[in-house]
Amino acid sequence: MGKDDTRAGPLVRRPDNSAFKQQRLPAWSPMLTASTVLPFFYLTALICMLLGVLLLLTVQSTQEIKVDYTEAGTCNICLQKRKNVTNGALPCSCTVVFSVEKAFRGNVFFYYGLRNFHQNLRRYMDSRDDAQTVGRAGNLKNPSTYCEPFRKDKNGLPIAPCGAVANSIFNDSFSLVYHGSTGGFVPVPLLRNGVTWYTDKNIKFRNPQKENLTLAQVFEGTAPPPYWQKPAYALDPSDSTNNGFINDDLIVWMREAAFPNFKKLYGVLFRANKPFTKGLPVGNYSIHINYNFPVQHFQGRKEVVLTTLTWFGGQNHFLAIAYLVTSSVTLLIAVGLTVVWWKFGRNGKNMEK
Amino acid sequence: MFRKKPPPEEERRVRANDREYNERFQYASNCIMTSKYNIITFLPVNLFEQFQEVANTYFLFLLILQLIPQISSLSWFTTIVPLALVLSITAVKDATDDYFRHRSDNQVNNRRSQVLMRGSLQNEKWMNVRVGDIIKLENNQFVAADLLLLSSSEPHGLCYIETAELDGETNMKVRQSVSVTSEFGDLNILSSFDGEVVCEPPNNKLDRFRGTLYWRDKKYTLTNQNMLLRGCVLRNTESCFGLVIFAGPDTKLMQNSGRTKFKRTSIDRLMNTLVRWIFGFLVCMGVILALGNAVWEREVGSLFQRYLPWEPPVDNFLFSAFFSFWSYVIILNTVVPISLYVSVEVIRLGHSYFINWDQKMFCSLCSTAAEARTTTLNEELGQVEYVFSDKTGTLTQNIMSFNKCSINGQTYGELADPLGPLPKRLDFTQFNPLADPDFSFYDEKLLEAVKVGDSHTHEFFRLLSLCHTVMSEEKSEGELLYKAQSPDEGALVTAARNFGFVFRSRTPRTITTTEMGRTVTYSLLAILDFNNIRKRMSVIVRNPEGKIRLYCKGADTVLLERLHPSNQELMAVTSDHLNDYAADGLRTLALAYKDLSEDDWEEWSESHSNAEKSTDYREDRLASAYEQIEQEMMLLGATAIEDKLQEGVPETIAVLSLANIKIWVLTGDKQETAVNIGYSCKMLTDDMTEVFIISGHTVHSVRQELRNARKRMLELSQKKDGEKVEGMEGWGEACFRTNGFEDGQKGDGTAERAGGGGGGGEGNYLQRSQHSSHSSNFMDIISGECALVINGYSLAHALEADMEVEFVSTACACKAVICCRVTPLQKAQVVELIKKHKKAVTLAIGDGANDVCMIKSAHIGVGISGQEGIQAVLASDYSFSQFRFLQRLLLVHGRWSYLRMCRFLCYFFYKNFAFTMVHFWFGFFCGFSAQTVYDQYFITLYNIVYTSLPVLAMGIFDQDVPDQRSLEYPKLYEPGQLNLLFNKKEFFICIAQGIYTSLVLFFVPYAVLSDATQSTGVPLADYQTFAVTTATALVIVVSVQIALDTGFWTIFNHVFVWGSLGTYFTIMIALNSQTVFRIFPNQFHFVGSSQNTLMQPVVWLTIALATAICIVPVLAFRFLKLDLRPQLSDTVRYTQLVRQKRRKPAGVAGAWRGAGSTSEGRLLARGSSRRSGYAFAHQEGFGELITSGKNMRLSSLALASFASRHSTSWIETLRRKKNTPTPPSTAGESSPAQSCLSGSVPPLSNSSSVLGNSQETPIEEETDTTPVDNTPSEKVLFSVTSPALSAASKAADHQVSAEDT
Repeated sequence: MGKDDTRAGPLVRRPDNSAFKQQRLPAWSPMLTASTVLPFFYLTALICMLLGVLLLLTVQSTQEIKVDYTEAGTCNICLQKRKNVTNGALPCSCTVVFSVEKAFRGNVFFYYGLRNFHQNLRRYMDSRDDAQTVGRAGNLKNPSTYCEPFRKDKNGLPIAPCGAVANSIFNDSFSLVYHGSTGGFVPVPLLRNGVTWYTDKNIKFRNPQKENLTLAQVFEGTAPPPYWQKPAYALDPSDSTNNGFINDDLIVWMREAAFPNFKKLYGVLFRANKPFTKGLPVGNYSIHINYNFPVQHFQGRKEVVLTTLTWFGGQNHFLAIAYLVTSSVTLLIAVGLTVVWWKFGRNGKNMEK
Repeated sequence: MFRKKPPPEEERRVRANDREYNERFQYASNCIMTSKYNIITFLPVNLFEQFQEVANTYFLFLLILQLIPQISSLSWFTTIVPLALVLSITAVKDATDDYFRHRSDNQVNNRRSQVLMRGSLQNEKWMNVRVGDIIKLENNQFVAADLLLLSSSEPHGLCYIETAELDGETNMKVRQSVSVTSEFGDLNILSSFDGEVVCEPPNNKLDRFRGTLYWRDKKYTLTNQNMLLRGCVLRNTESCFGLVIFAGPDTKLMQNSGRTKFKRTSIDRLMNTLVRWIFGFLVCMGVILALGNAVWEREVGSLFQRYLPWEPPVDNFLFSAFFSFWSYVIILNTVVPISLYVSVEVIRLGHSYFINWDQKMFCSLCSTAAEARTTTLNEELGQVEYVFSDKTGTLTQNIMSFNKCSINGQTYGELADPLGPLPKRLDFTQFNPLADPDFSFYDEKLLEAVKVGDSHTHEFFRLLSLCHTVMSEEKSEGELLYKAQSPDEGALVTAARNFGFVFRSRTPRTITTTEMGRTVTYSLLAILDFNNIRKRMSVIVRNPEGKIRLYCKGADTVLLERLHPSNQELMAVTSDHLNDYAADGLRTLALAYKDLSEDDWEEWSESHSNAEKSTDYREDRLASAYEQIEQEMMLLGATAIEDKLQEGVPETIAVLSLANIKIWVLTGDKQETAVNIGYSCKMLTDDMTEVFIISGHTVHSVRQELRNARKRMLELSQKKDGEKVEGMEGWGEACFRTNGFEDGQKGDGTAERAGGGGGGGEGNYLQRSQHSSHSSNFMDIISGECALVINGYSLAHALEADMEVEFVSTACACKAVICCRVTPLQKAQVVELIKKHKKAVTLAIGDGANDVCMIKSAHIGVGISGQEGIQAVLASDYSFSQFRFLQRLLLVHGRWSYLRMCRFLCYFFYKNFAFTMVHFWFGFFCGFSAQTVYDQYFITLYNIVYTSLPVLAMGIFDQDVPDQRSLEYPKLYEPGQLNLLFNKKEFFICIAQGIYTSLVLFFVPYAVLSDATQSTGVPLADYQTFAVTTATALVIVVSVQIALDTGFWTIFNHVFVWGSLGTYFTIMIALNSQTVFRIFPNQFHFVGSSQNTLMQPVVWLTIALATAICIVPVLAFRFLKLDLRPQLSDTVRYTQLVRQKRRKPAGVAGAWRGAGSTSEGRLLARGSSRRSGYAFAHQEGFGELITSGKNMRLSSLALASFASRHSTSWIETLRRKKNTPTPPSTAGESSPAQSCLSGSVPPLSNSSSVLGNSQETPIEEETDTTPVDNTPSEKVLFSVTSPALSAASKAADHQVSAEDT
């Protein structure tokens, strides 16, 4: 059968002698030998170790302060107030004081956090209409059925933005005040824009456009979500471009959290003026809160988080520690394997015969 | 097969040439339909069939669930896309399969046959033939339906058929028409024939037919002897006419072919069990999560209603839990991925193509490649434990060749150097113009001896040219065609022909030969026919010189007893030679002669004719008459005929038995032949401690024999193992020891390497496996050094319900089992028996229609193609043209398939659990609300795009060791038989690994991301980032895992693994792009998340960490396993690796050769135990046939009628002998018929005197004339005798017809 060129006569029906058909494709057949596996383990351990150390050092350089204000300070009053549904709409503000022991260097980020708030429930997550928030005129007046029961209000007007997600928007607002060393109160300037993903702000959320009509006119014939105090087109009176669906707070809220405990970016320290050019100086601070968002129904907590960032984000000890643990476990395994291979392994001895 | 079934027939009435009449009964037409669909029914029927598959219905159910909005946790397309894909792939496959069935049906249905219609012959397709038609068959044509033979071109309505297709018997059979119709040669007579046949309804009994022909107010009994069955081939008969009795599906062939069973592999069955378990698991998870949901909704969700009110129908937590259950069933359904089944099919298809493409399974002689006709059984080929093989045409080529001979103490035909190059084939044409060019012989000495004129040699070949029952046909001068009823005889006569003793022609009274160019006519005085008891045949001839001589050939055991004492010395020498021949697996015959004086002859002739004439105990008397004269013969020598094995049969059997595959030979042949072949293909060896022969005729005796055999085996093994047997451990050890011992014996080279290479590891493994799997059954571990031979009658008893277990336990304790004289049905029964009792995978291999049943009932059926018949191939799952390809099919393709399938399944379940269980963990964080972790597109595409191709590539291309290694180390096959690579344990390991991976994949991103932010400060804890991170980590982890699992990285694996990763990123970025979002904002709301997420270093650090945590333990376990308990395959692989590094050419090629030659050497030492070689496919009765002149094609009516007187007689004898399986001696009753020598004594003396005259004088003159002149001279001679006999023959005719009515 050695002759491949003679394919005449009886050999016409002979299968091709191609490497593919004869299963002789050139191939690399790796095998787990001691000389490949053990170095791999040591190398993995080493890399993990290095990464772990690097991450740990980086994380150590960040700073973070968490302030739970659910019932802290004067907010307790507001909490009690909100417990009663009839007072739901009444304004209430309170103040929480905290101190910074060590100056925050660099950019400082201001987050609000919620605990035990389930943005990840299936029906909650589905209860939105992306076609509406991207500015489709049809969906504005006729939102998707997914928004039920926040699709139309009692009067049958379509809700914009519709759905449970938009309806439950976090509506506390904060202002941070620095108790300067001189005794004066300096308001800490926060940049409230630039807290969203670029794609969200510029692609995913668009206001409906109609020629020569103002936003308010466009939204005419729609109702704001039941829990909203203001209509969508008047969310930010200070900045006309921050209204309607492209309001930063709305966009941030609409990016649903994966877990029931989460934080969302509220603002970034504006570092143009002293004493905040290098970050937050040491001292006492107070947060003035417009306490609107009720959490007592679901046993939730509200908090404020201040943090600095590094190249890989905020304070995150888990990653560093996980790398270090992985590294040491891998190292242990590697040593164990080496011993086993050396002492009991039949691999080498057997096969060498 | 949708034909409406008429009520079962009670009897069949067929009137010849009367279609209208016959149509009333709605008999099946001759159209055969094995296909399932036609164009219109295809879609509905196929869909209906597909939805009978539980899996498909399940997915349909899921689809319906998803349409309910309260439940729908996934979009409908996540299910419908894979479902549609699966359904269409399966439909395409079914359509192709059915197309081929249509084609083969058409091919058969459109064969042409000549049908007698309105007085003329018309060429009709087979499918248009109806019951009651008269059709004409020509020589070498297949019989189109079950026919009643009406007449034939041969005298007396005789015709010859070959029934190999039907029952595997290769000798020719004779059929004769009923006497009234035998003269119907004319079309007009035939078309006016309106006889009516009433017979039994269609059945599958090949050897029985009962019916009556009514014609012109007379009744004629019809038997099987008058029938030509579909599937037979007409031989040596110019043409014949037959009346169609059974057609199409009613024919005995089709009735025998059994029902097509859908075969499933054991992996399939295991898979179904596992899938059922997984369903259970799925429901459990659903219940757990639903309970969780109930609790959560009550404790938390009810409080959360301010933000998410319960929907109107879900007004309390219990409803919510109920819906949640179904939602989770939808989400978690991917643990039983629909793509599983379709991937399995694709992989099997790929393996089938590799089988079809394998050049090493291509036979260049018959230009046939191997073919996987069923594409669903491949991995089962890697688990075969029992091989059931047919003999004729499968192990042997059914070609007999004259191989060696011993003449007067001198042996010829030995090759001087068995390992050297083949010496030149002798060229006979120079020496003898009449030689058969196909005959090959290599020993020049024999030809020299003939040329020199050695009288012994001459006498030897003279015997061969005279003492036989072969018929010759000489179409043109020198172009001789022998029609032998058994290929053995043909081979002997052909040998004589080539050595200058050419048998030219015969008449009932004479044999004409050309001896060394000289035409000699002997007068044939008597044929002392062959039968099973005598095991010999003789002729008594008078040579032209008037000397009377008896020539005898027969089984050496019988013949050597009857020699003249003066032969002692020669006998000793010849006996040695016979031993040698037998040791080589040749069929031996001893030849002897005896000179008879005229007085002796007269005297014996007298006693013989008395015996013939006697009415009681005729058989016995004849036998004793024969016995009387076959005494004190002079030994001439011995012949050795090789029943040519197919190429590589002994090697294949040796390799397969090293692979722990037990081979059973099931043959319709005789016991002697079967045993002989058993020896020549090394299934039986002289190393075997004992060969048990079970041939009892009663239940009791069979049971006793089986018990004795078992007792004996137990004794033997106890003796052998001695005191080592201490409890079970001892048994295991003993077993291991014997196995090792066997290795050492069987294939020195191989075993040495295996021992050297595999050594401890293998031993350890073997011991373990043997011990665990067999310890329950003592019989199994008795050293396999015994063999069992059982014949058909005994087998029938052994297969009875109460004997089954007895038989199985005895037979399975033997290393080799040979069943002879078995019917097709018994073959199937034996297979079923093993299937039932041993839970082992069986494979049946055969070439003829008689193997169809067995092929269909075995787990795997293999047909030998390239032969004439295609019935076996059509019924088979795999076909190829040489038995030796079986080793490649099993050890290479089967092993690989099994390995690949197992690896595929392990990985597949792993990857789906890793994928799906993440949802389960997420459930605890999302209020059990059936929120998915991943994007819906990811869920849709994960199984069919992102992870399908790499695992398919592994499933199709993976190899652990190269093909030649798996042939070198047959032990590599064992994991498949023991089901080690994929079983419930392995499954749970995979599942555990998958669950572990899912845990890591959920909790590592959870822990990292819930606190992490982007470098811009935006938190990463949003759902979409989490989804993208987990999905990416999952794809990477499973890709790394497949990379670890892949042992053979071809270009395809690289392309698919890297390609899948690339595809994942491409598709994800595309689906998250603004373009698609702008078009369908509600469908693609993940816009921008992949870009945003994958830009983050922390995400990549998370993925890397998760990958490391998933892979490191797996790698550690694998390494430990490899290090501490290497499998044989690992060892082989390692050696391979080392060898490659050293680049040392492996000296393996000679291994088998070496092994073969050593065993051959050992074989020489064999005793004469099995030298009773006269085991022809011989049949009794042909002697009578010749001497009666029945089968001579002579135009002389007179002679024909002369002979017709005996026609019934010999057929009667034949029939009786066939019908009574017990030896003739017990039959006792005498038949009214005689061989011509006795039955026609007065005419004989008359004619012999005439003959005598003509013989003695003209022969001398004729020597120079050409042989052609013989024929006319014969005619003249016979015409002289004819008038005298015609009257008598007419009387005889009447007698016959009277008998018939």
